[in-house]
Amino acid sequence: MQEADLQFLEESFKKYYFNHFDLITVPERTSEREFGYQKFNSGMTRHISIKDDKELHLMLMQNIPSDVYCSNAYYTFPNLPMNEKDWKEADLIFDIDAKDLNLPCRENHTVSICNDCNEVSKTSIQCMKCNSTKLEKKSLPCKNCIDASKNEVLKLTEVLINDLAITQENIQVYFSGNEGFHVYVYNSQFQQIGSRERSELTDYISLRGTIPETFGMKKFKPNRASFPDFNEKGWRGRFSKQVFGSKSKRSKIITELITNGYSSFQKILDDVSENIGVKIDPNVTMDIHRIFRLPGSINSKSGLTKIQCNDLSKFDPYVKASFLSDDTVEVLANSPIQFSLKNKKFGPYSNEKITVPTFAAVYMICKKLARIA
Amino acid sequence: MLALGQDEIAKYPFLADAGQYLKDQGFSLEQFGTDPDLKQLIIKAYERILVAADGKIYKSDLDGDHVSKEAALPREVFSFLLAIVLLKLSGMHTLIKRFALAEARRAEKYLEKDLANISDESKNQLAIRVIDDLFSVQVEKLKDYFVIPVSDYLKHSINFHEREWKLINRYVENGYVFLSPHETVRLIRKELGTYINSKIINAKTPTMIPGFEDSVNKLVSLSKKFATYTVTTGEYPPCVKHAIDILEKGENLPHSGRFMLATFLLSKGQSVQQIAPLFKNAPDYNERVTLYQLNHLAGTSGSGTQYSCPSCEKLKTQSLCFATSECDNIINPLQFGRKKK
Repeated sequence: MQEADLQFLEESFKKYYFNHFDLITVPERTSEREFGYQKFNSGMTRHISIKDDKELHLMLMQNIPSDVYCSNAYYTFPNLPMNEKDWKEADLIFDIDAKDLNLPCRENHTVSICNDCNEVSKTSIQCMKCNSTKLEKKSLPCKNCIDASKNEVLKLTEVLINDLAITQENIQVYFSGNEGFHVYVYNSQFQQIGSRERSELTDYISLRGTIPETFGMKKFKPNRASFPDFNEKGWRGRFSKQVFGSKSKRSKIITELITNGYSSFQKILDDVSENIGVKIDPNVTMDIHRIFRLPGSINSKSGLTKIQCNDLSKFDPYVKASFLSDDTVEVLANSPIQFSLKNKKFGPYSNEKITVPTFAAVYMICKKLARIA
Repeated sequence: MLALGQDEIAKYPFLADAGQYLKDQGFSLEQFGTDPDLKQLIIKAYERILVAADGKIYKSDLDGDHVSKEAALPREVFSFLLAIVLLKLSGMHTLIKRFALAEARRAEKYLEKDLANISDESKNQLAIRVIDDLFSVQVEKLKDYFVIPVSDYLKHSINFHEREWKLINRYVENGYVFLSPHETVRLIRKELGTYINSKIINAKTPTMIPGFEDSVNKLVSLSKKFATYTVTTGEYPPCVKHAIDILEKGENLPHSGRFMLATFLLSKGQSVQQIAPLFKNAPDYNERVTLYQLNHLAGTSGSGTQYSCPSCEKLKTQSLCFATSECDNIINPLQFGRKKK
């Protein structure tokens, strides 16, 4: 990124942080958390402890970070090196990202940017202009991506509440600021479990590692009665709704499953898992020392804000998460994909000089699809 | 500590305070070495270890009808306590481990019986309390099942490698896992073994007691049988080969994949300088960052912790496992190609 772009982003972020202290508040039990931030074009600064909103705002104004993070873990000494922090517990966190959903729409709005010559293209293997293989993919998620991600959030919430006895008021959903959602779970029986346990929980939620026996299929002499009932709870119930479709078809389909045998059942299971398993990023949930994007801060991959969704079904990130100013700026844009922000459509642009509002300019520059003219 | 009756101490002798028990019964260790009647118990203790070393469960007198119960109970406890004395005197850790495991399996049998005992509520409650006191697993009875909180279940089940123990293969409802008595007890087998093991390890080693020498010497020569040697083929496991392939093609290997590759090679004795060039083709390669991270993993910078290679189970979760039949049910990539001789 060129100097002028960095300066422009920094200025725009600074203005946001200055004008929106109301959106950026410290989480509960502040002094037990670890904070961290990244500045534009620089490494991570972490192991910071912060007392209250005032201190946080001061840090933002002094450093104008590109990204701000806060631990989901609670420590006795959050500012000491990792092995001296004295880990106490950690909220459960989940990351749902449109890029992990294998959506067919994705290729329509993904481009490759060559790290060597900045050429923007649709190719995915090699730069057409300079043959470099160092390509970076950038996606401008569409409505379908956001809707599909929301659906995963709903699936996740259902499992959390019904299987794991989490109460609705202990679940908070945030738009991540880029391509998906972050879900927090507070005060659960899982606060103190470690990384390996969280990894197991992740497999449960995403329906991974199942064996046919769990759903009633046995290698030898399968028994009709051990297949799940249509109204059963938990994954057996979800399995039967997916595989049987309706109560009346259950019996017929069980006959088919038994006839087709054990190994074909395993394949069906893989298929079911792909369809109804919740697609969460396992690495995020099992990391108990992570610093996770701070609510209210800007995501430098897009310039949008990580913001809580109180009514998920109606939430439109391209309206609700765009807080940067309307002041216009001239940029050289090369965005083959059209996008919409604050109910205005932009693009496609093919290497053209245009004047757009700051929020749109920042979005394109963050996606490496424009530069300050 | 639980208040235990005679027959409970016989079933779960590791719960008793050994020194106190001997005192209560009016015996000293020396008597066992000299008194011809009591000396029989040393032989019994030795046999108890022998059975354990063989990987079998000691068949208790409690199960048969041929001995009157009152006489059998203290003898059961004595043979356990004396076995520990013999093991401590022999100092053979492989035997201690085997003994602890076998005793855990034996106790497991009784715990399971007690849990499933529907006619005697007190037996039932005792088993539940043993499990709660020793392993902080809160078991509740719900119809034919024993239910435990998911978080408690996970703390123990992560020690199992069989897929049937994965949470996803369990019946889960409303924050609880549903288990049969057998599964409930099986869940804590390892901890039971660890508990008994640590009790033995932490017990004071007495000075040699006259009359114990023979059995101790026999144990020392017995333990030599269990020494094993391993050889490795040196070939990389499929997950590591896959990661190297991806990097050679200049494709992006996720952070977790890089972590696995680096920790694997470091554990195999390669140096940071040998490993770093592997990452040269990565789309976001930066020599300074690569060296920093490798040194961090090797423990030569940062916290000094040397990171270990993730388990196969973890790699499966991260979609980094490409197991072949050659993997042969290993649980960590580092075991690939290793054969016991």
